[in-house]
Amino acid sequence: MAAKTIISRPIYGTLSPQAGKHHLFVADAEGALAIKDMAARAPAGFFDGAEIVFIAGPDGKYVAALEALEPAQLHIAPSFASLLPRLKQTLTNAHMGLRLYLAGTEGLIGQAMQVALEAGIDHTSMQTEHRGSLARRMQCVHCKGITENVTTQPATCSHCGLLLLVRDHYSRRLAAFQGVCINAEDRSEIPPMEEIFR
Amino acid sequence: MGITFRKETFRDDFTFRNSPEHIRRFPFPFHEDSYMYAVNIEPHVVGPKGSVLENLIDVDEHYVAEMQDRALVLAEDPLRCQSLPHMTLAGWDLLELLMEQQALGYPEHFTLKRDGDRWRWINRPLGIDDTFTFGDTSTLPYGPMEYITRQSQGDFCILDQRDGNLWMDAGMVTTQADWSLDFDIGMNFFEWHAPVPLAHEKGIFVRALKFLTNIQQGKPARRLNWTMTINPRLDTSPENYHKWGPDRATVTPENVGDKVHLRVELQSFWRLPRSNGIVFPIRCYLIKMDELVTQPKWARRLHRVIRDLPEELATYKGLTRYRSTLVEWLSKLDDGSATSQGFGPD
Repeated sequence: MAAKTIISRPIYGTLSPQAGKHHLFVADAEGALAIKDMAARAPAGFFDGAEIVFIAGPDGKYVAALEALEPAQLHIAPSFASLLPRLKQTLTNAHMGLRLYLAGTEGLIGQAMQVALEAGIDHTSMQTEHRGSLARRMQCVHCKGITENVTTQPATCSHCGLLLLVRDHYSRRLAAFQGVCINAEDRSEIPPMEEIFR
Repeated sequence: MGITFRKETFRDDFTFRNSPEHIRRFPFPFHEDSYMYAVNIEPHVVGPKGSVLENLIDVDEHYVAEMQDRALVLAEDPLRCQSLPHMTLAGWDLLELLMEQQALGYPEHFTLKRDGDRWRWINRPLGIDDTFTFGDTSTLPYGPMEYITRQSQGDFCILDQRDGNLWMDAGMVTTQADWSLDFDIGMNFFEWHAPVPLAHEKGIFVRALKFLTNIQQGKPARRLNWTMTINPRLDTSPENYHKWGPDRATVTPENVGDKVHLRVELQSFWRLPRSNGIVFPIRCYLIKMDELVTQPKWARRLHRVIRDLPEELATYKGLTRYRSTLVEWLSKLDDGSATSQGFGPD
């Protein structure tokens, strides 16, 4: 977690098993370990009503750990974009009382939350746990382009090429941090680029 | 006697000026020789004749030119005007409020005739004469909020009230001081104010929210806020920061008086009757230093305020690059004598 923060920056917790019959987990990368850790605290039979959707890396890491939990359904997706139609349909058809758990990178949590918000689920009722990379999903305020996996400060917009200050200001609706031109007043000033979101 | 509307621009050749009468009525925001955040909210009641508070919705000599500038901004970037789907009723509330207030304050320029739901709106300065059905969006060329705010000076945010908070769920924002509606739409009161320094720690926003959520219909409130802008540019959006930002590096001792502008926002807060939302008009007033210092009290006081401003505030307001040049220029107009109480000129 970032040390210094502002109010619009999301705060993540630790997954904990909620009462209910239907549980949907969306995770990527080390988010799988957050689910595994939670499982140790879950009542017997908890995963009988659980669906886990996992965006696995190319090495398939953590897939076996999730299989071992024996959820009612385990779906392995190659990317968030490819998962999106399925996730939308699952949320649209969900029963009242579905419990949602999001774990992994900030980009995954933010984008999954964005879809859930559009489906009418209140963000305060979702369980979230951040694991793994601190890389940010950033919207360039100038060209509106989204740059994924931003690890540096400042960062270059992958669309318009402006050098952007990656702010802590965060929009749940866009699932992105705001990037604002860092040297707009004098383009000849090029601050050093440091890798800080790891 | 009506207002003589100026032909002027807020971009390119920047021909915006204030007439001598408009200099005297400028809402100077400092009642003492220093500045710090405060919850400076007061009832929005009618003020002295000839002031910007003579009417609760002020229309001035810049009206036509400001509406033309807004149309240019919207043509380039339609996302400056957005309304989430549940905010249409609040848009009708706002349309009613602005039509009523403008017709009341300026009958020679605006007329509203109502026959049940059948309304006729005449806006003479902009050459508009439309008849429509109140509540039926298909009878207007735009949604109700966009329609009326294309005809009203200032930015407008419509806030939905729920869960003890206010949510920025609709707005027309083309003259903003460096914040993005497109980014902030859907956020709650604390979230969209998140980047403001110092004020959270002082509990300003907690108290302000408490006040705002209790605003009653027919009892609007107001506050002043301020910043500075180089050139009389209305569209100082973050979207275009890479285009107007370089202006800040162009201030020299020779051009301070012409380039540097005090930018004052008269913010008011109104409960909307049908939607129970709050509308938050942010009316922007600009005055160049050469105009402002024609009032010696304002020159002395502004010198002291800018000189003594805490560094974090100066940075947040974007003054850093030209602050010393401005303070040096203003210091020559400050003989050290006392300033009188209150905002107004002597």
